[in-house]
Amino acid sequence: MNGFRTLLGWALVGAVAGTLALAGADVFVARAADPIKIGLGMALTGGLSANGKPALMAIQIWKDDVNKKGGLLGRPVELIAYDDQTNPATVPGIYTKLLEVDKVDFVVSGYGTNLIAPLMPIAMERKLTIMGILGLANNEKYKYPSYFQIQPSGPDPEANWATGFFEIAARQNPKPQTIALVGADAEYPRHAIAGARELVKKFGFKTVYDKSYPPSTVDYTPIARAIKAVSPDIVFVASYPPDSVGMVRASAEIGLQPKIFGGGMVGLQFTTVMTSLGPMLNGIVNYDFWAPESTMMFPGIKEFFAEYQKRAKEAGVDPLGYYLPPYAYSAVQILGLAIEGGKSLDQQKVADYIRSNEFSTIVGKVRFGPNGEWAKSRVLQVQYQGIKGTDVEQFRVPGKKVVLYPEEFKSGTVIYPYSAAQK
Amino acid sequence: MKTRGALVVGVAVIGLGVLLGGLRVNPYVYFAGYVVLQYVVIATAWNVLGGYAGYVNFGTPAFFALGAYTSIFLIEAFKAPLPVLIVCGGLVAALLGLGIGYLTLRLKGVFFSIATFALSVVLQTLIINWEYVGGAKGYTLIRPPAPFFRSWGVLLFTLMVVLAVVTVLVARTIERSWIGRGLAALRDNEEAAECMGVPTLRLKLFATTLSGFFLGVAGAPFPYYVTYVEPSSAFDLNYAVNALAMPMIGGTTTWLGPVIGAVLLGTAQQVATVTISSELNLLIVGVVLVLFVVLAPEGITGLVRRLRRR
Amino acid sequence: MFTWDLLANAVVAGILLGGFYAAVSLGVSLTFGLLDVVNIAHPAFVILGAYAAYVMNSSFGLDPILTGVLFTPLFYALGAGVYRIYYSSFERRGEESLRGLVFFFGLLFIIEVALSLKYGVDYRLVEAAYIGKSIDLGGVGIAFRLLVPCVVGLLMTLALSLFLSRTFYGRAVMGVSQDQVALRLMGANPVRIKTIAFGIGIAAASLSGALLITISPVVPSTDRDYIGRVFAITVLGGLGSVGGTLVASIILGVAESLMATLFGPSWSLAVSFGILLLALAVRPAGLFGR
Repeated sequence: MNGFRTLLGWALVGAVAGTLALAGADVFVARAADPIKIGLGMALTGGLSANGKPALMAIQIWKDDVNKKGGLLGRPVELIAYDDQTNPATVPGIYTKLLEVDKVDFVVSGYGTNLIAPLMPIAMERKLTIMGILGLANNEKYKYPSYFQIQPSGPDPEANWATGFFEIAARQNPKPQTIALVGADAEYPRHAIAGARELVKKFGFKTVYDKSYPPSTVDYTPIARAIKAVSPDIVFVASYPPDSVGMVRASAEIGLQPKIFGGGMVGLQFTTVMTSLGPMLNGIVNYDFWAPESTMMFPGIKEFFAEYQKRAKEAGVDPLGYYLPPYAYSAVQILGLAIEGGKSLDQQKVADYIRSNEFSTIVGKVRFGPNGEWAKSRVLQVQYQGIKGTDVEQFRVPGKKVVLYPEEFKSGTVIYPYSAAQK
Repeated sequence: MKTRGALVVGVAVIGLGVLLGGLRVNPYVYFAGYVVLQYVVIATAWNVLGGYAGYVNFGTPAFFALGAYTSIFLIEAFKAPLPVLIVCGGLVAALLGLGIGYLTLRLKGVFFSIATFALSVVLQTLIINWEYVGGAKGYTLIRPPAPFFRSWGVLLFTLMVVLAVVTVLVARTIERSWIGRGLAALRDNEEAAECMGVPTLRLKLFATTLSGFFLGVAGAPFPYYVTYVEPSSAFDLNYAVNALAMPMIGGTTTWLGPVIGAVLLGTAQQVATVTISSELNLLIVGVVLVLFVVLAPEGITGLVRRLRRR
Repeated sequence: MFTWDLLANAVVAGILLGGFYAAVSLGVSLTFGLLDVVNIAHPAFVILGAYAAYVMNSSFGLDPILTGVLFTPLFYALGAGVYRIYYSSFERRGEESLRGLVFFFGLLFIIEVALSLKYGVDYRLVEAAYIGKSIDLGGVGIAFRLLVPCVVGLLMTLALSLFLSRTFYGRAVMGVSQDQVALRLMGANPVRIKTIAFGIGIAAASLSGALLITISPVVPSTDRDYIGRVFAITVLGGLGSVGGTLVASIILGVAESLMATLFGPSWSLAVSFGILLLALAVRPAGLFGR
């Protein structure tokens, strides 16, 4: 048994040494010329990494842009990013490391509601300012004043999300009457469907189908067929990329032809999905954040995409990057503007500055409301029109993703009903 | 080493944990330490069934998540305090363990593993559709200020030290008792053991229940650690893989194996997460697994034993 | 809402899906059912095959299923190589079960990571003339995107069962699972026979990967969705029974489709696995077990 005791001893020593090694050497004294450190976890592997990688690239572009102009408050900016593996359980560890070992000055969230949620209490305990990158209703329960979300969902994220879709539908003549709601059993689709249910009531539609499906579903034709059997005028879909593709294809195959189709499908904004679906997208009305339309050409965005698309080509990520990257850039852009504007690195001062000012970013003018969401919703509804073949170049020019909503960014008119756009 | 000796060592480890909690070391230590210790509990619990009795459980995520969701339910319904959560989380998971224990009557080997996997899928679907505990949207827990400790990090870390020590001590006690010998006998040859008068069913039920209990215990404080629980991360396949891989790397026949495996692999994963931020993390797990099972099939404890014998 | 029309459509969709499931599961039926090798990395090889189809499709416009067929020799060789490593590391030492499992888990991760390092983590799809088109047979719509994989799956099942029953090597594979000593007396080398069979299993995986990417988009981690399904089907069908695998695939496909059409899809996956649990509890050897 002596051997075991020795082993046990070594195991203990190993355990303690291992834990201590994790602490690392962190004796660091900040001096004036030291960089301002911004830390974040980002989904570089796992389910959301197709978006996480481009988002991180956008943030790096911002860092380079800022440093070219001499940094913030005369100090260079340094980024520290770790891979959260799209796993919320890694988030507490990553941000504690960032804050306690790397001693970052500011944190930015990872991508997605699930990855922002575990960051909230950590930031609140330390009274940090957090810039959130695309989360839906993260602050609903916490009501934390120093949280700001770059996703333009608006003051009531759940309900504002699909407002545009419903307004467009209600405006058509003859007015559609019945609606089918379908979504995946996952966090975002559940929120979107919940919001849609409220809107159904508000606009006086009649729900004829309201079901959800597991995200690992392989074949969507049975679902599409069940929806077709109740022949709704409107089909509202809240889905993630693989099921968005599945629903679009299945609907085309079985001839599900509502008068208006789409709403909350994630994935149709991604270049690989757009080029693969091609003409099957025609007529779909779906939420979006940006489209290469004349109404969306905010100052600085062209330069951003030029740089992004150059880097994306080398890195092999989404070649157009119209969805998440400009918003990830804007999130840190606002942080930078607030640091410069308030001339301080103090968390509270930065948060106060963000709360009380309007920012001119590459995604347009941004002002935050009391709950940290955009003061006014700017979830676009776009319609895919006139897509021919699967060439990627066609998506760079205006007229393919026509902005229908909100009014002030409108760049074209809706083709109604859905079937008319498919010819 | 006598049982008393082990107890002394156990108490010493807890003392060390409390001391570490009291020292104002970098808070990151507590967070990383929590995860590693959580894996000590998971690997040890898995090994009671997988290593001692030879029944490979693929459903670790089901038990872990059951512990976590029992906590959520109790918090939501009764605002139950943490110690209650841990006991109840363990008990509910133990019930599930008892259930899979009866499965072993008919299912052996890989069939058993696949059944546990299927169980995990069914349970995940149930949770996804149970709105009370958050359903697919997930559940956000608002933590009150940490009681008795200066932060949740320290509290959870200290708690996990205690849980890990208790789990390991229980596993060690079992291993050295007639139960452990009985389990080893049925691992080597179930029919023969049965013929020799080993009460195989009772032993198996004991092993599955106990293993389930501690897997649930490991999951019970999870909501307090992440503060946001949603089904796909609570039922993460990683728990199944790590629960299997850690004892394999350490060695499955003794209580020490899973501890070593969990500390090594768990620490490696923690370090990899914050150093090489890329796919390499997963790659390390894959390569380490393959290398170990090919080159050191008995795990580290087996390797050391072989070296010492020479 | 229920109509006979809907029911007929649901059953047909389920059968189509089942044909595809059969293709994905055949390899496991062979390697796990007949050789007792628990190749949990099988779905990873399926994804590898899917990426092969994607690469050939996006760079040369080659049809995904044609690619799948063309790549089978390569995957056969890969499978044979993997089996050799497996044999010399585990089987020869007689420690295959648990350690073999971990070995394949490791392999699964390595393949996943290698794919995401090389091709990134974007959803990958293929283009083919028949994707998005369908025919209508008396009110029952059939999508080519699902019909083609189903037909290929059925052909694969047929080919494998002919191979096992009609050829020398096929009978030898059946023999390996039953009586290795007798096989040796016949002058066949069990290791060689198993290498061949494992190679065929991986080749089948790669071809089914081409079918998979025809049906739905693929990322490197898609394999995880299939681990459960594939082994459920193999066990439900009865180990080593090729016909049983097909029947089990269709049962699962139809169950999923019926649930999705008539009761709401939310529970369809749980129902499939519920069927499996029930089947295991009642008849552990599966429907057509040996």
